Amino acid sequence: MALVEVAFTPLPAHVRTARLVAVAVARRSGVADSLLDEVRLAVGEACSRAVEAHRQYCPAEPVKIALTDSGGRFEVVVTDAAPGDAAALDGLAQAGQAGDAAGVAGDVAAAGSPGGGTSQPLFDAQGGLQDGSGLAVIAELADDVRISRTAAGISVCMSWPSSVRER
Amino acid sequence: MDLKLDDHEKDGIRVVDVEGEIDVYTAPRLRELLIDLVNKGDYQLVVNMEKVEFLDSTGLGVLVGGLKRVRAHDGSLDLVCRQERILKIFRITGLTKVFGIHDTVEEAIKARKSEK
Repeated sequence: MALVEVAFTPLPAHVRTARLVAVAVARRSGVADSLLDEVRLAVGEACSRAVEAHRQYCPAEPVKIALTDSGGRFEVVVTDAAPGDAAALDGLAQAGQAGDAAGVAGDVAAAGSPGGGTSQPLFDAQGGLQDGSGLAVIAELADDVRISRTAAGISVCMSWPSSVRER
Repeated sequence: MDLKLDDHEKDGIRVVDVEGEIDVYTAPRLRELLIDLVNKGDYQLVVNMEKVEFLDSTGLGVLVGGLKRVRAHDGSLDLVCRQERILKIFRITGLTKVFGIHDTVEEAIKARKSEK
């Protein structure tokens, strides 16, 4: 059963709102203080990705977050409704599951050299991080990450241990 | 106040003071500032992140973009940060190997001067 559900217009300004809500609910669920920064960062990354996808494909649709606490786990599911293209979706799933965060440094180090960079470049020509890099970061922050394709878009599910306490 | 930016010159190096949160909403402002500084001919930069409360991959991308721009002019971009909560994302992405990260602005300037 979902504790808290949030839907927000896909504006960058609202990503901070989502972070604040997620951390507040995580704290209430008993997630250790030492993990709250990770929750904040991971939720921010997932929401940022979803916001950018919505701005490109469906700016009128809200991004949705579901925050639940069940069985000793605090779970966050960020769901978008952006169709994208099949290759991009597969790349996201691979980036998130492979935790290819180290590829970021490799790409920067090789920048400028002919044919340099990783096989899956994480930076565009302006030095901006490509889609998928945020998910690679999430994979390092949450010990359980699942990325799945829904009928409408992508669902990113992350969880952390929470304490069992009376409510 | 989400993000506060300021810059000043110290020992021939342009120091950018950042305060607040660097995320998908605020990062473009930092990006524009770094671009402006490079366009004005400031290629030796130190970004002071001692008062940064949050940094995500969008912010990292802005810093990497700034680094690439100054390097195109044989310049440098060093960071000042001691907060583990901020350093974590640099470690996760391996960017601790790419950026010079120092404990104070003075140390960053000293390190840059000693390389010349």
